[in-house]
Amino acid sequence: MLYREAGQFKASYQADQAIFPVAQDRLVMLALLVIAFLVVPFVTSEYVYRAVLIPTVILSLAAIGLNVLMGYCGQVSLGSGAFMGVGAYAAYNLAVRLPFLNPFVCILLSGFVAAAVGIVFGIPSLRIKGFYLACATLAAQFFGDWAFLRIKWVTNYTPSGSVNAPPLQLFGWDLSSPTANYLVALGITLALALAVKNIVRGHIGRQWMAIRDMDIAAEIIGVRPLYAKLSAFAVSSFLIGVAGAMWAFLYLGSWEPAAFDINRSFSLMFMVIIGGLGSILGSALGAIFIVLLPIFLNQALPPLGAAVGWQISTATVSHFESMIFGALIVFFLVVEPHGLARLWSIGKEKLRLWPFPH
Amino acid sequence: MGIRQVALLGTAIVSAGMIAALTAPSVAQAQNEQFIPNLVYRTGAYAPNGIPFADGVADYINMLNARDGGINGVKIITEECETGYATDRGVECYERLKGKGPTGAAYFSPLSTGITFALTEKAPGDKIPLITMGYGRSDSRDGEIFTWNFPLLGTYWTAANVAIQYIAKEWGGFDKLKGKKIALLYHDSPYGKEPIAALDIMSKKYGFDFLQIPVPAPGSEQKSQWLQIRQQRPDYVLLWGWGVMNSAAVTEAGNVNYPRDHMLGVWWSGAEPDVLPAGDKAKGYKALMLQHPAGKFAVHKDLEKYVISQGKSMAKPEEFGQVLYNRGIINSMLGTESIRTAMAKFGNKPMTGEQVRWGIEHLDLNADRIKQLGFDGMIGPIKVSCLDHEGARLSRVHQWDGKEWKVISDWFKGDDSILEPLVKATADAYGKEKKITPRDCSKAS
Repeated sequence: MLYREAGQFKASYQADQAIFPVAQDRLVMLALLVIAFLVVPFVTSEYVYRAVLIPTVILSLAAIGLNVLMGYCGQVSLGSGAFMGVGAYAAYNLAVRLPFLNPFVCILLSGFVAAAVGIVFGIPSLRIKGFYLACATLAAQFFGDWAFLRIKWVTNYTPSGSVNAPPLQLFGWDLSSPTANYLVALGITLALALAVKNIVRGHIGRQWMAIRDMDIAAEIIGVRPLYAKLSAFAVSSFLIGVAGAMWAFLYLGSWEPAAFDINRSFSLMFMVIIGGLGSILGSALGAIFIVLLPIFLNQALPPLGAAVGWQISTATVSHFESMIFGALIVFFLVVEPHGLARLWSIGKEKLRLWPFPH
Repeated sequence: MGIRQVALLGTAIVSAGMIAALTAPSVAQAQNEQFIPNLVYRTGAYAPNGIPFADGVADYINMLNARDGGINGVKIITEECETGYATDRGVECYERLKGKGPTGAAYFSPLSTGITFALTEKAPGDKIPLITMGYGRSDSRDGEIFTWNFPLLGTYWTAANVAIQYIAKEWGGFDKLKGKKIALLYHDSPYGKEPIAALDIMSKKYGFDFLQIPVPAPGSEQKSQWLQIRQQRPDYVLLWGWGVMNSAAVTEAGNVNYPRDHMLGVWWSGAEPDVLPAGDKAKGYKALMLQHPAGKFAVHKDLEKYVISQGKSMAKPEEFGQVLYNRGIINSMLGTESIRTAMAKFGNKPMTGEQVRWGIEHLDLNADRIKQLGFDGMIGPIKVSCLDHEGARLSRVHQWDGKEWKVISDWFKGDDSILEPLVKATADAYGKEKKITPRDCSKAS
């Protein structure tokens, strides 16, 4: 009843090619943007910013980056943690070695460094596919771990190998408050997500999807695999690199190589798979799922236990958290292998028919 | 209802629950309470070492509440948050707990070098001090730059220095170090790398060869490292590990037959969980002490009476009096005594983080006071000041005889002629990078 596009006519090509062709979608999106930018800053506590919103927004961007590679171009990657690390350390080095650069400029420039590294590690993808490519990108992860730990220049010869973000300022404003961090992260993530959405709708994205669906057929109809695959690696690494730099500068503030270890790669991969391969929205949903659910379980279990008269210890909560989290991942993948994004579109379908399903 | 609808409905309910839980206003609290958060890791790779420490921290606070009704009549409330030794979870716990209680968190002790580094960035903004007893940044003892960090009782550079002093004494003087080879087998993380800067300087000063052997975290696999040790034959091996890495190193040393009494662990590599899994192979292994030994002292009688016998403790019977359990109670004692110091100035009410910071900076426990607290024989006197946030640079060495840790050395004191220039240099570099104007300690009250 509420969600029905009957009567909405598309009179121009422009209207036909809109990202959200249905008016209700546009309204919901607009409402979400208004809430995210104008309402949230007034109602949110610092804890929600620091523990929930900022990590979710930043990891959404990283998941979008990985989704470009895995979901759109069909190239499996286990090196995304390292690419985040490349972004973080590139931003750090730019800030330390070129002190006149603004930290936010460093964050954006670090994406290009990550893109260059991504292209280098993407070269093997021209010859190897599937699981073998996963192994090859795993090499990127281990190389990253090694480089961040061993090459002293990367960490500016700090004795412990742990480095700090510079103070965040822009035109004399202090932007280190959680609200500012959140708005900056959200702004960068939304701008890049919009750009990616348009790339994947255009000829580049179609080349990626052609490669994903059948690379030999794509080659025959004139898609250059070298160009398509490496551009996917570049765009993906750019996004992941920017996310890594934001993770370091806006979220952690001080970090060690362990922040970008293989577990980060795995959790990004889970976000993409659970959220939905080949979907921008799915990446964000996956990030929300992976970031929020453990925190939610961790806080919800003790009161739930107390309600039935059971004093749960910290260790038990933590064990339960892992078990329920793991079980839910399996459950979701069994019920909906196409991820949360597919669940979302099923929900929309149902809403169209409601309240008179046939 | 199909299974998909169930999933859809479930997702909707859980999302609504999440939003509700995260935006719910916090419950009103009693006013005369001091909140002390407790970041713990009772699960994960480092749990064997994290559990006894967490139990010690909690038991001492429970004992104060039961025996004295808190600190000067202000009841202490505490809450644990599981970090699993992971930095991002540690940051989440910090954000969750920092505002609890009528005056917010009194102080944080994360028991992880990674979390300490991350919180060092956040603490000044929130005005909450960090007590990092025997860990964290070694240069954070410089209170002019690191206003909010307190690496009480010892830093890794102090540990490295005392380790070399001990080896020199065993060999009969610093001149005997010349030409000898000393290896550092370390956890490949900021924690393990901290001592390298100090050892580098000492190797130049005393003329010994310094060999660095990193072990990738978590350190359960060390075959290639011990092969390297067999080939290079260092005269002494310093062990800088944590969790499973320690017992793996001691076991591996036994397998390749490296003399265990030529191994010296840092104080985080010298507790019962580090040697018990190695069995007989651990016999003769030595480690530095963060001043205190294992065993039961005067304070343990009160713990037994008010906490353990009441069934209020999570500690297993064998944990009681172990090295890390004792370290936990010392951590709580230093924290609560700092709050007491702050109360002497600001009055007997819950202290804010800023007031607790003043209290830690003016913490002064002499031998009499330590005896009164029941910690006689565990730690030496400690006096913190604006210039020196470490408070004491004392350490001893103990040795595992197969059944228990035996203290085998006298007190050593960190040599400030080596440590101070290093602290100054790195702290100043940090201050410059972060654009911090150093405090003037002569003017700090």
